[in-house]
Amino acid sequence: MKIRIKFRKFGVMKFVGHLDLMRYFQKAVRRAGIEICYSEGFSPHQIMSFAAPLGVGLTSDGEYFDIEVHGIKSTEETLAALNDVMVDGVEITGCRILPDSAKTAMSVVAAADYELYVKEGYTPPASAADFSEGIREHFYGADSFLITKQTKKSEKQMDLKRLVYVFEVEERAHTLCFSLMTRTGSTDNLKPESALEALFGKMGLAYCPEAVQIHRKDIYALKDPGSADGTLTASDFISLQDMGEQI
Amino acid sequence: MTKPALSDEILMKVEKPARYIGNELNSIKKDKNTVDIRFAMCFPDVYEIGMSHLGIQILYDMFNKRDDVWCERVYSPWPDLHAIMKEQSIPLFGLESQEPVRDMDFLGITLQYEMCYTNVLQILDLSGIPLLAEARADGCPIVIGGGPCTYNPEPIAAFFDLFYMGEGEITYDALFDLYKTMRAAGKSRGEFLREAVKLPGIYVPALYAVTYKEDGTIERFAPLYEDVPAIVTKQLVLDMTEAVYPEKPVVPFLKATQDRVVLEIQRGCIRGCRFCQAGMVYRPVREKNVERLKDLARQMIAATGHEEISLSSLSSSDYGELEELVNFLIEEFHGKGVNISLPSLRIDAFSLDVMSKVQDIRKSSLTFAPEAGSQRLRDVINKGLTEEVILDGAEMAFCGGWNKVKFYFMLGLPTETQEDMRAIAQLANETAARYYDTVPKERRNGKCQITISTSFFVPKPFTPFQWARMYPPEDYIGRAKVVNDAVKEQLNRKSIRYNWHEADVTVLEGVLARGDRRVGQAILKVYEAGGIFDAWSEFFDYQRWLDAFDKAGIDPDFYTMRERPADEIFPWDFIDTGVSKEFLRREWDNAMAESVTPNCRARCAGCGVKKFGGGVCYEDKN
Repeated sequence: MKIRIKFRKFGVMKFVGHLDLMRYFQKAVRRAGIEICYSEGFSPHQIMSFAAPLGVGLTSDGEYFDIEVHGIKSTEETLAALNDVMVDGVEITGCRILPDSAKTAMSVVAAADYELYVKEGYTPPASAADFSEGIREHFYGADSFLITKQTKKSEKQMDLKRLVYVFEVEERAHTLCFSLMTRTGSTDNLKPESALEALFGKMGLAYCPEAVQIHRKDIYALKDPGSADGTLTASDFISLQDMGEQI
Repeated sequence: MTKPALSDEILMKVEKPARYIGNELNSIKKDKNTVDIRFAMCFPDVYEIGMSHLGIQILYDMFNKRDDVWCERVYSPWPDLHAIMKEQSIPLFGLESQEPVRDMDFLGITLQYEMCYTNVLQILDLSGIPLLAEARADGCPIVIGGGPCTYNPEPIAAFFDLFYMGEGEITYDALFDLYKTMRAAGKSRGEFLREAVKLPGIYVPALYAVTYKEDGTIERFAPLYEDVPAIVTKQLVLDMTEAVYPEKPVVPFLKATQDRVVLEIQRGCIRGCRFCQAGMVYRPVREKNVERLKDLARQMIAATGHEEISLSSLSSSDYGELEELVNFLIEEFHGKGVNISLPSLRIDAFSLDVMSKVQDIRKSSLTFAPEAGSQRLRDVINKGLTEEVILDGAEMAFCGGWNKVKFYFMLGLPTETQEDMRAIAQLANETAARYYDTVPKERRNGKCQITISTSFFVPKPFTPFQWARMYPPEDYIGRAKVVNDAVKEQLNRKSIRYNWHEADVTVLEGVLARGDRRVGQAILKVYEAGGIFDAWSEFFDYQRWLDAFDKAGIDPDFYTMRERPADEIFPWDFIDTGVSKEFLRREWDNAMAESVTPNCRARCAGCGVKKFGGGVCYEDKN
C-alpha cells in the first residue's frame, strides 16, 4: 500500500537539514508503530521517499513523503500515532492512501508556492505599493523576464514568465509578504528567492538574503502530466495531498 | 518552543546549526521556576561526539528524574561559532533552556581523554566563568569534573572546584541535597566545598597542598585541614541490574558517532591487561541481569526508533549470558529493520555464527586486538591471546566466507625489542598464509585483506605500567618504520596494509596523563595562545604546546622520559580505586618476568577491589 504523509516544519526545526530530517522520520515512523515495508538484504532500509528537499532556514506548511506499508490504520489514528512521537516544530497534517499505480511524490513534483516575508528587525527597502507596481511592470506587463542561472559548468538563461505562476505582494502584520508559485522539480527548478532577487534588481534595490524568511506553503503536481510547458497557469496544478484518499 | 540563544543570522552562518538548537526527541524541558538546582552537563567536544557518550546519558536521565533538578546538555561550540561567540560576547548556553551556563548552579564536565583539556578552558571561558577556581566568586556555578581522566585530576586541578571520583550513580543525590541545605542556610561557595569534600568520592583540589622535592617529584600531598579526608575513594555501583539506566535516551537530529541504542551489559573487565586503565579502575566486573537487558532493549528501541542496537562493555565475550542475550536480540529485532552490532567479541565458533546472521560477510571485517606482535610481549602486557587462537579464529572465519581482517597493536610497550616489532608483520603474514592455505582458489573472494594499525603506548595512572617511560616522537616513528619495513619483506605483503598513528600527540598525552599540578600552567598558556580542539588533528599544534611548556618553565620530558622509581609518590596516589599500589607493582614485576596473571574468574589475583563487596569477587559465593 502506498501512503502519502503531509507535514509542517517550523520554528527551530528549520535548522535541521533535509538528510537529517529524513533520518528523523525513519526513526519516527518506527516509534509510531507504522508497519512500513523494508528493502531486502543485510541492511534493510525503509521504503520512503520525500517530495522535494527543503533548504536549511526554510519553514513549510506543505512537505510530503511517501511510504509503502503492509497495512495502515485510519487517517485519524495514523495522524495521532505520528503526532504523539514528534518533536516541537514538526506536525503531521495529512495521511492519504495513493492508488497502487501512483508515481512517487518526487517524480511528479512540478511546482510549489511560497511566502517570502521580511523578518522582524529588518526594514523593507520599498513599500508594498512600489513592489506591486514593480511586479506589474517587470513581470506581468513584460514579454519576458530573463534571469541568468549560474550552474557549475555553464550559465543558463531562464524566463521567469514561464516558471513563475503567481507573483504577488501584500502588507501583512507590519511586514511585507511576497507570494510566489514557481516551477519545482528536477528540470527547470526555480528557487523563489531567485525570482525575488531579480525583481529587486530590476527595481534597483539591494536584496539581502538574511532579511527574508522563506516559507513553503504547498507542493504541486501537474493535473495533466502531458500539459504543454510555457502555457501553464496556477490552475493547471494539483496539490500532492489531493492525489490520495482519506483512510 | 524555546527561543534559540543564537540569532537566525548566526545559525545560518555556522556549519551544522542543529548542533546548537536543542529540541531533540526525549530531551527534557522543565519550568526553571519549579526546580531548585540547574545543572549544565558538558562533554567538552563537538555535539556529534558528545551526544554519543553513554555516561552523560545515564546521569542526564538520573538527574532529571529528580523533580528538583533540571539537567541540560552543553557541548563545545565548533571553532566557527567559537569565533563568533568571542567576538560578539555571546555567553555559552544549555541546549534545553538556551539560557546561559553561568546562571546555573553546577557545570559538570566529563573528562574522557586528555586532549580535551583545552576545550574545558574554552567551555569555562565562553560561559564567562573564571578559568581558575580560586578566582570564582559566590553565584558562579560549581565546576565539577568526572570521568576516567579524573583518575589523575592534578594537571587540571586548578580549573575545577571539585572532582567526582568513580561512577556518578552513587553520590550525586547526596551532593545535591547538601547543596540545597547549605544554600538555604545562606552559606558561601567556600563553605559548601568544605562540606562537600567530606562526601565519599568528592575531591576538592583547593583543600589539599603539594610540596615537591628538589628533583621535581612529590614530597608530600596532604589535606590542609584535619577533617578533610586524606584518601578519596572511587564510587561504584554494586548492583548493575537495579542501577538507573536511560530508557528514553535523547535522539539527536544530527548523525552522532553512536547513532544507536547502546545496551551496557556489564561494567569492568576480568582480563587484567597491564596497559589498560579501564580494565583496572572499573574493577570488579559487574554484570547486568539478562532479563533486565531484554526489557531495556525493547523499551529503548520503542522510545527512540533507532535502527541499530549495540552492546557495550570492555569485553562482551566474558558476559555470562551472552548467548541468550544475542539470540534474543536476533529473534526480537532481526528482520524488523533493526541491525545488531556486536563490538568487542572474541572470534570463536559462536561469535562467527552470530555475525554471519547479522552482518554481510563480504563487507564486514574481523577484528583482533593482540596489542603486541610476539608471544613474549603479549605475556609482558598480560594479553591472554595466543598466536594459535588468532590463527585458528582467522581460519574459521576464512572458511566461513570472510576475507578481511583488522589487527590492532601498540608500539612502545615496556621491554619492546625490534624482534617484537617485526613479529607484528609476521603475524599478519601468517594470517594471510592461512587464507591461501585453507580456502581453495575457486571459493576465494579475491585476495584477503589484512589491515594492521598501530598506536603508540601511553602509560596511564592506576595501571601496572604507571612506572613506565615513554620515548621521543622520532623514536616512535622509527618503531613504525621497523614494522613497515618488515611488512614489505613478507611473502604475502600484497595482502597487508599498514597504518600508524601520529607520535607528537602521543607524547603530549603522556604528559597530561601522568602530570602533576604544575602542568596546568602549560594548558592555560596553550588555550591563551588559541589552542582548542586539540583532539582533532586539524587543530592540534605541537609547537604551541612546546612553546607553552617553555613559557611555563616545565620540562615535559620529566613526566614521560623517566622510568619512575618504585617508591615515587605519584600525583594520583591519594585516590583509592580499590586496586592497591602493591598489586600494581606486583604486576609490573610480573610483566618484567614475562609472567602471565590469570583472569579474575580463573583465579583471584588479590588486587584489592574485593573490599567493595560485590561483582566478580563474590560470584561463586552467593
